[in-house]
Amino acid sequence: MATKNKSTIKPLRLGAGWKYAPAPESSASAQIQHQYELFIDGKWQPPKKGAYLESINPATEKKLYRAAVATEQDVDKAVAAAQKGFDKYWKKMSGKDRGKYIFRIARLMQEQARELSVMETLDGGKPIRESRDIDIPLACNHFFYYAGWADKLEYALPNRTAKPLGVAAQITPWNFPLLMAAWKLAPALATGNTVVLKPAETTSLTTLKLASIIQEADLPPGVVNILTGAGETGSALVRHPNINKIAFTGSTAVGKWIQQETAASTKKLTLELGGKAANIVFSDAPIDQAVEGVVNGIFFNQGHVCCAGSRLYVQESIASVFIQKLKDRMATLLVGDPMDKNTDIGAINSAAQLDKINQYIRLGKKEGAHHYESDARLPQKGFFCRPTLFTKVAQSSRLAQEEIFGPVLAILTFRTEDEVIEKANNTPYGLSAGVWTDKGSRIFNMSRRLKAGVVWANAYNLFDPASPFGGYKESGYGREGGWHGLYPYLTF
Amino acid sequence: MKKANDRIAVLKTYKLYIGGQFPRTESGRYYAALDAKGNKIANLCLASRKDCREAIGAARTALGNWSMRAAYNRGQILYRIAEMLESRKDQFIAELCAQGMSRSAARKETVGAIDRLIHYAGWCDKYQALFSTVNPVASNHYNFSVCEPMGVVVLFAPESPLLGLVSVLAPCIAGGNTAIVIAHQFKALCAISLAEVLNSSDVPVGVVNILTGNQAELMPWLAEHKDVNAIVQSQKDPSLLSDLRKKATGNLKRVIHWPVIDWHDTAVQSPYRITDLQEIKTTWHPIQQIAGSGSSY
Repeated sequence: MATKNKSTIKPLRLGAGWKYAPAPESSASAQIQHQYELFIDGKWQPPKKGAYLESINPATEKKLYRAAVATEQDVDKAVAAAQKGFDKYWKKMSGKDRGKYIFRIARLMQEQARELSVMETLDGGKPIRESRDIDIPLACNHFFYYAGWADKLEYALPNRTAKPLGVAAQITPWNFPLLMAAWKLAPALATGNTVVLKPAETTSLTTLKLASIIQEADLPPGVVNILTGAGETGSALVRHPNINKIAFTGSTAVGKWIQQETAASTKKLTLELGGKAANIVFSDAPIDQAVEGVVNGIFFNQGHVCCAGSRLYVQESIASVFIQKLKDRMATLLVGDPMDKNTDIGAINSAAQLDKINQYIRLGKKEGAHHYESDARLPQKGFFCRPTLFTKVAQSSRLAQEEIFGPVLAILTFRTEDEVIEKANNTPYGLSAGVWTDKGSRIFNMSRRLKAGVVWANAYNLFDPASPFGGYKESGYGREGGWHGLYPYLTF
Repeated sequence: MKKANDRIAVLKTYKLYIGGQFPRTESGRYYAALDAKGNKIANLCLASRKDCREAIGAARTALGNWSMRAAYNRGQILYRIAEMLESRKDQFIAELCAQGMSRSAARKETVGAIDRLIHYAGWCDKYQALFSTVNPVASNHYNFSVCEPMGVVVLFAPESPLLGLVSVLAPCIAGGNTAIVIAHQFKALCAISLAEVLNSSDVPVGVVNILTGNQAELMPWLAEHKDVNAIVQSQKDPSLLSDLRKKATGNLKRVIHWPVIDWHDTAVQSPYRITDLQEIKTTWHPIQQIAGSGSSY
């Protein structure tokens, strides 16, 4: 059942009522090739079987570029190149020199940050504001942070001599393409491993651009290899006998498959998987600030965030006021052209993902939850979804249990602290959580009791290269970022 | 055959240890503990799937209290276990000898176990300082990462009947986890005698549960159980490990492998055994930006 926005204050209907003058970022800065080959052994090489996949701009549905599909033979070649890169160069090099190469990558990325941002937005559909201010700077910072670790590993693990594992296979998702590539590559390289990395098939562009930056940085051949392709390329990589480490970010189902597939091997595994984070608002919270935080928690990157605050638990005494303010704020969110600097919510990454989100919206309505969406005007072309929330959601509802990976918020209420801890932890996931309250002791109590790898207090969706990220339970294992992020790439 | 004036010995009934109680296996099944010559010494419970389930329930119930206890208090309790073991070491040496160990080996096994407990008792309130971090993030946030116990942990005890068992148990509970120990099928007498020690050492009910039986038979039930967070396997056999990893994917249990050959080697004891069974939690807390006006006080 649909509910109307019943605000007593006349809301500023910026989304629908007001028309903003367009403020588009120019796409001229992005030099996009028509076709990309595989980056193996320091060279661009065509795929053995000659197949390519088209990638479209999800905001316009127009073709953007085509990228090679790596087959088993290409994977074989890349792993061999990475092994050679490890034996011949990388493991013999001093930490100091390794670090200098990684610093160089960070600097070259910073210099080309605008081009990377534009590419990221054209390829994946995220607002230019986010790729420009969040994805790309964070990716640069990640390389800069880990570069500094390369010559300090003897200080990293008390009473142990840390050694690299060898060849790391890394598979990244489509929601933060370059940032995830940085999260994977930077620590692997700093700890002395060589890499074969496969980006997601719908968003390979910035990772391919990163390959050319790595080439420009003059890294020894084979230290970083980039293979594009879809699921089959990924599984060939996971199964390859000569890799020593797998780092995967993606769905829980695929993560489980990887654990099954590698059970009999000695491959060290880290998995960063799905989530269904609770964002918990207590009655003493600074309400307007919490509304902003909840909006940022679920609508950041169209909700394509594994740690998205997709379950809102609001204390019953403030629920009606809070939900009204949330609806008012949602009405002001601009949905549309990701290249427009005013856009808050860009394009859904793919037609398939939009379908999945719409299925959940239909399901929520069918299950009897109350549906509300903003009346934002959507572009004619491209994949778009209005910011959506559901109230009267049952704890057992699939809306409250399953990861939707879209701009859809499930709202539940609670009375006591014990109750909300129980409800928040009642999910197979455990990636992140948010707590909004004015009381410091409550924050630390909540943080201690919530089974989640990252807890944001009076904040949400903050990331930093110095801060470890990763899950409890079925959200995976291992940490990326910070000192703890070194450990998955080392042996002793 | 007893001689005319001999006292008739009172034999001990070996049972399971679940939730602070000593029940028999619900299945009524048993197997024989044998001495070096193959003679029967005692009957042992052949634990069942349902016994595992009971033990997991007890461990889950105990987790909240145990993981929230002061680290200092956990250290004292581990130390108390060592004290209790020390005072009963003759019993353990005798039991190990009865199961075929030489007297000197049995002594070494027992004192090794006591010393290992002391080692980990001391770690209880120290590993956090070494493996937690305060992270210098770029925004105005106090950001820190701490170790937290994984939760309910199943320990497949190694062949070393006392020292090996204690060496996997101590780091697990030192880190605030609760445990279900599946004793090695053979030489399992002192696993149950250890339960008597634990029972008189202020270890809260359910923190350690000990079952005797066939590890291979129980493995699938434990690996697939949704309320287990992690499993430790210490056998060398790679096929055991591979099966375990496959069965554990249902809820992505952490599978930890400690393939140790010589449990007497002090290199096997380290805080890394504790951190192997810890999760890392990162908290972001805002820092107010008021006053100061650029002065450095």
